[in-house]
Amino acid sequence: MTLVDFWFYLIAVLWIGYFFLEGFDFGVGMLLPVLSRSERERRQLINTIGPVWDGNEVWLVVAAGATFAAFPHWYATLFSGFYLPLLVILVGLIVRGVAFEYRGKGPKADSRWKRRWDWCITAGSWFSAVLWGVVFANIVRGVPLDKNYDYVGGLGDLFSPYALLGGAAFASVFLLHGAIFLSLKTSGEVQRRAATFAWRIGALTMALGGGFIAWTQVAYGDRLSLVFFLVDAIALTLALAAVKARRDGWAFVAMGVAIAFMTLAIFVALYPNVMPSTDPQFNLTAVAAASSPYTLHVMTWVAAIMTPVVIAYQGWTYWVFRKRISIKHIPADPDPSAPAPSR
Amino acid sequence: MSAETIARWQFGITTVYHFLFVPLTIGLAPLVAGLQTAHHRTGKLQYLRASKFFGKLLLINFAIGVVTGLVQEFQFGMNWSNYSRFVGDVFGAPLAMEGLIAFFLESTFLGLWIFGWGRLSPRLHQWTIWLVAIGTAFSAYFILAANSWMQHPVGYHIGSDGRPKLTSISAVLFNPVQLVTFPHVMAGAAMTGGGVMACVSAWYLVHRRDDAVFRPTLKLGSWMVLGGGVATLISGDIQARVMTAVQPMKMAAAEALYHTTSGASFSIFTWGSLDGTKELFSLRIPDLLSFMATGSFTGQVEGINNLQQEYVAQYGPGNYLPMVPVTYWGFRLMIGFGMLAALIAFVVLWLMRSGRTPRSRWVLGAMVVALVSPFLANSFGWIFTEVGRQPWTVFGLLKTADSASPTVSAGTVLTSLIVFTLLYGVLAVVDLKLMVKYARTGPPTEEETLASLEKKPLLPAGESDDDDEDADRPMSFAY
Repeated sequence: MTLVDFWFYLIAVLWIGYFFLEGFDFGVGMLLPVLSRSERERRQLINTIGPVWDGNEVWLVVAAGATFAAFPHWYATLFSGFYLPLLVILVGLIVRGVAFEYRGKGPKADSRWKRRWDWCITAGSWFSAVLWGVVFANIVRGVPLDKNYDYVGGLGDLFSPYALLGGAAFASVFLLHGAIFLSLKTSGEVQRRAATFAWRIGALTMALGGGFIAWTQVAYGDRLSLVFFLVDAIALTLALAAVKARRDGWAFVAMGVAIAFMTLAIFVALYPNVMPSTDPQFNLTAVAAASSPYTLHVMTWVAAIMTPVVIAYQGWTYWVFRKRISIKHIPADPDPSAPAPSR
Repeated sequence: MSAETIARWQFGITTVYHFLFVPLTIGLAPLVAGLQTAHHRTGKLQYLRASKFFGKLLLINFAIGVVTGLVQEFQFGMNWSNYSRFVGDVFGAPLAMEGLIAFFLESTFLGLWIFGWGRLSPRLHQWTIWLVAIGTAFSAYFILAANSWMQHPVGYHIGSDGRPKLTSISAVLFNPVQLVTFPHVMAGAAMTGGGVMACVSAWYLVHRRDDAVFRPTLKLGSWMVLGGGVATLISGDIQARVMTAVQPMKMAAAEALYHTTSGASFSIFTWGSLDGTKELFSLRIPDLLSFMATGSFTGQVEGINNLQQEYVAQYGPGNYLPMVPVTYWGFRLMIGFGMLAALIAFVVLWLMRSGRTPRSRWVLGAMVVALVSPFLANSFGWIFTEVGRQPWTVFGLLKTADSASPTVSAGTVLTSLIVFTLLYGVLAVVDLKLMVKYARTGPPTEEETLASLEKKPLLPAGESDDDDEDADRPMSFAY
C-alpha cells in the first residue's frame, strides 16, 4: 500500500468516525420533536449527547483538515464545487452547536427561547444529515470538472435523483442510528418511544439505504465495494433484528458497523478517483490530488501517534457518561449552580 | 464587485468575528482552571465559586468560537480554492495537526468538564479544564504557524508543478515569525480574558457584592491585563524587527514612510493624506521607528517608494503597496488600545495596594474601557497584519488576486457573505445578552457550589449502573 492509498483510507476512517459519532447526535437532534412530549423529556434527549457532541464534531474538522493536508486538490475541488450545500451544512452546524449551549441559558420563564433553539437543533440536524448524503452521492457519481479540476456545473447538477436518494438514505440511516442510540442511552417513556420508532423506521431505512447502496454498486461499484455493501446490508438487518429483540447494545454496535461499511464501500467505489468528473478525462485521482511524499510522511507520523490517543480519551468520555439518562436525572432548574437573579 | 473582492470581505468579517471569541476563551480558560486548582489546593470555597462563575462566561463564548472556526476551515476551500491547491502541501499540515493534536483535546475535555462535576473526582475534574486550556493554546500555536508561513514562507521548495512542497516541518513550526507571533497573540489573549474578568469583578465590588469572590479575581484579571500588556509590548517590539527583515513593506506601510530614512521618527498621530504627498499635522517621536525596526536609533528604514521599485524588479510589474491608511491606523490603534488597557490595569492594581478595594464608579467606567480595549487591539492587530501583507496571500509566492476560487460566482460568494453576516450579527446580540445576564446573575452560593461537588457513592461491585437509587439522582449539570 502506498502512502497515497494509506491516506485515502485514513480519510475514509475519519469520515467513518464522523458519520458514526455525529450520526447519532444528528439523529437525536432530528428526533427531538418526535420522541419528546415535555420540556423534561427534551432535556433528557439532549443530555444523552451533551458531553460528547462537540468532540464528535471535531471528526469533521479533522477530516477536512487532513484532506487539505494530504489531498489539496481534493479539498479545493470539493469545497469550492459543493459550495452551497456546504454553506447550508455550516449554517446547520453553527445554529445547532450554539443551540445546545444556549437553550438552557435563556430567561427562565421564557419558553419561546427554548422552543427557538430546539427548532435550531432539529433543523440544523436535518439539513446537515440530508446534505452530507447529497454531497457524498455526488462525490461518487462525479460532477462536471474542467481541466484544472474546478467545478463547472450549476446548482442543479448537484440534485440528481441519485443524489436526492443519497440524501434520503443518509437521513434515514442517521434517524435509525439516533433512535437506537436513544433506546440505549435513556430509560422510561423516551426509551420506549425510541425503540418503537427504531423498529418502525427500520423498513424505510432498509428501503432507502438498500436502494442507495444497490444503485451505487450497480453504477459505480466493483467487487470489493460489493463485499462491503453486503456486510453493510447484513449489519443493517442484524441491527433491526436486535432492535426487535430489544438488545439495544447489539443494535447500536450493528448500526455502527453498518455506517462504517456504508462509508467504506462508498470510498472503495470511488477509488482510484477522489473526485470523478462527468468528463472522464478530467477525473481527479488520489495520486493527482495528493501532497508530496514528505508531507504525507510527516502527517502519517502525527496520525499514527495521535489517532489512538484521541480514540482512547474519547472512548473514556463515553465510559464516564455510560449511564442511561432518565427524566429523574434532569434537575428541576436548567442550571443548579446559577441562583435566581433576584438574590 | 468580483467574487474575489466579496471573498476578501467575507474573510475579513468572519476572521475578525471569530477572533473576538478565540482570545477571550484562550485567556479565560487558564484563569478558570487556575481558580479551580486554587480551590483544590486551599479548600477556599470562594475560588471555586469564582471558577464556576467565570467558567459559565467562558462556555457562552466557547460555543461561538468553535462553530465560527468551522467556517474558517471550510472557507479556504470554498472561496479560495486556488490558494488551497497552491499551498495545501505546506499549509494543510499545521491545519490538520491543529485538529488532531489540539482541537480534539479541547472539545472532548470541555464536554468532560461541563458534565463531569460530581462524576469525576475533584482532582481529575480540575485536570479536564487544564487540558482544555492547554488545547486552546496548542490550537493557537498550529493555526498561527500556518499563518506565519503565509507571512514568511519557509521549509519548502517549489516543485515541478510550480507549487511549494514541504521540505521541513520543523522549519514551518519554528518559523522565526511564528516564534514571535505566538507569544504576542497569547499575551493579547491574556489581556482579553483578564480584561473581562477584571471588569466584571469591579462591577461586583462597586455594588458591594461578594467581595470574597471578586476582590481576588479583580486582582488576578488586572495582573493578566498588565502582564499581558508588558508581554505584548516586548513581543511586539521583537516582532517589529522580524517583520522589518521579512516584510519590510509592511513596516513601511505601518508608518506610511515613503522614503528610505535613517533615524526615522515614529508618528503617534498624523493628519494628512497618508500617500506621502501632504502632511498637515504630525506628532512625532524622533528616531523611534528606526529603533523599533532595526534596534538602533540611527538604523535605516526602507521607504514604500524604494520597496515598490525593488519588488517590481524582483516580482515583475505591479502594485506592491498594501492599503496604507488601513495599515497605518491599524498599527496605531492596536498599540494604543493595548497600552490603554495595561495602563488602566496598572492604576487599578495601584488602588488595590495593601488591602484596599476600589469602589468608585470611575474605576468601573475605566474597567469597561479596559475590557473593550483588548478586543479592539486584537482586531486592529489582525487587520494590520493581514492588510499589511497585501497584495500577497503568501508573501512573495502567491497574490491574493490569484487565490480565489475561479469558478465560484460572485452571486454565490455574496449569498454566503450575507448569510454569515446576518447569522453572526444575531449570534453577537445573543452572546452579549447572555454575557450580561450571567455576569449580573452572579456566582453560585456556597451551598450550591458544595452541592455540585457532592461525590456520588461508588457502585458496589457487580451491580448494574442503572440501579434505582443512583438513577434518581439529578445530574449536577444538564443542558
